[in-house]
Amino acid sequence: MDSAPVLEVRNLHTHFFLRRGVVKAVDGVTFSLRRGEVLGLVGESGCGKSLTALSILRLLPQAAARTIEGSVLLDGEDLLAKSPGEMREVRGQRIAMILQDPQTSLNPVFSIGNQLHEALARRPDGSGRSLKERAVDVLRRVRLAAPEQRVGQYPHELSGGMKQRVVGAIAISCAPEVMIADEPTTALDVTIQLQYLDLLKELQTSLDMGILFITHDFGVVARMCDRVAVMYAGRIVETGPVREIFDNPVHPYTQALIASVPKLRRKTGRLRAIEGQPPALSELPAGCRFADRCPHVEPRCIEQYPEAVSVGESHSASCWLAA
Amino acid sequence: MRRLPLASFAIISAMVFVAVFAPWLTPHSPIDQSLPNKLLPPFWEEGGSSEYLLGTDIFGRDLLTRLFYGARVSLIVTALALTVGGGVGLVLGIVSGYVGGKLDAFLMRVVDAAFAFPTILFALLLAVTMGQGMDTLVIALSLFLWAGFARVIRGEVLAIKQRDFVALARVHGSSPARIMFVHILPNVLNTFMVLLTLNVGVIIVAEASLSFLGAGVPPPTPSWGLMVAEGRGKITSAWWLSLIPGIAITLVVLSFNLFGDWLRDRLDPKLRQL
Repeated sequence: MDSAPVLEVRNLHTHFFLRRGVVKAVDGVTFSLRRGEVLGLVGESGCGKSLTALSILRLLPQAAARTIEGSVLLDGEDLLAKSPGEMREVRGQRIAMILQDPQTSLNPVFSIGNQLHEALARRPDGSGRSLKERAVDVLRRVRLAAPEQRVGQYPHELSGGMKQRVVGAIAISCAPEVMIADEPTTALDVTIQLQYLDLLKELQTSLDMGILFITHDFGVVARMCDRVAVMYAGRIVETGPVREIFDNPVHPYTQALIASVPKLRRKTGRLRAIEGQPPALSELPAGCRFADRCPHVEPRCIEQYPEAVSVGESHSASCWLAA
Repeated sequence: MRRLPLASFAIISAMVFVAVFAPWLTPHSPIDQSLPNKLLPPFWEEGGSSEYLLGTDIFGRDLLTRLFYGARVSLIVTALALTVGGGVGLVLGIVSGYVGGKLDAFLMRVVDAAFAFPTILFALLLAVTMGQGMDTLVIALSLFLWAGFARVIRGEVLAIKQRDFVALARVHGSSPARIMFVHILPNVLNTFMVLLTLNVGVIIVAEASLSFLGAGVPPPTPSWGLMVAEGRGKITSAWWLSLIPGIAITLVVLSFNLFGDWLRDRLDPKLRQL
């Protein structure tokens, strides 16, 4: 568990430069992902989780979005300094991704086998086996039933869960060091979700990948992740081992998030919602971004942003309460 | 699902058949003149002959033969114009939609400008400056066609590029060219096919109009539009000269349009409003 980080993101800033102002969607994100570890990146919609992932891959959505500061180190090499050609190599071979919606993640006009071949052809495995054999093999690894028949089928002939398995197969076909999973189970139905999470966990162990798992679901986090980074309004506010975060959340935002998850064992009354809205990313306050909604707000919270402080073993939080 | 329009399909097939096999279907030449036999009426009229089923023109050329060879010219011009114009429109539409930004804005303004341009006048200008001929005709028609293709295909690409498989292809390290022409292109082929079919009628009419105006295929090569034009001086005495090619144009264009409508419904119900 204590191996060197395979992916290190330091002080990453990705902003949208729009006519009406600068939207600081990712504003100083720092975290590291070790080999063989699942790091959960948790936060509500629009807090910058997905944009962080796209910044790592340097696939920003519009001409207006730019990463202006920070570094992304993959095995110590800074991805932000690479040429577009080198970056394409990194994307195809070393970092893979799974997205939310399996319905649109596969190209409808090509067969499953065809789409796998494209990914497999980029990385000869030296075994001399045909692409088709390797495709069947990789489908078997994602536990897709009857892989020999599947390679000839088209995406519309498969169910959502099966499609997401194929997406997983394409992602692992290059034996990546890092996999970014952006809410991979959100679009699947609940019984399939569990199976898929177990599959990801299994693949991660056998391939010794680091997984950056983006989600807003604490239930999924508890099941999947070794460590959690909680993101709020473009910054990471608390990070630590999963058990620590659940048992002993320090940041009021993390506490509120966990309090808003229903629990089966304990009787809870009404679930507590977090009042208010996150601040607009184009006019962020100088102080703590959660100050407006925080039950423990103090004057200094509004004046100055709290730096991350260590509150336990590899557990840190950006909150004046912890300082 | 609408049924295959059989009559249209039959007319289109017949046109393709006579165009391909014209030399074997008739003993006459479409070009050689035979003045003793000039202005014979169709066989069912008084004075008609069974040798010239649809009669002859002012130079004594068999009308049916010229109709067959004219179908050839129409189809060749249509095929070339659709290949060039449609192809350019397809490529520019994909690039414009995928790349977006300034390039897209620029290309779409060019498309707007192309739509604002009077095609017929432009073709006349080309015919005057470059000389009459099939090449001039194809260039003029292509310049008219590409814009419509580019606009519709771009719209499709805008929708397709939002889908996750495009994002995943990028994550997988595919180059922009590969994404455009390996991943996106096959997804717009349905639309492209429908556009092709729906434009056949437009092109045949345009070719006939330009030939009628003298900016198309030069005589004596038979073209349906040209035949209508040549016959219009004799419309009161020899009505068949203009009327028969006119009917041929109408039937064929109608058939292609009905066939195109059917194909569109068949391939993509979303495009019903097109």
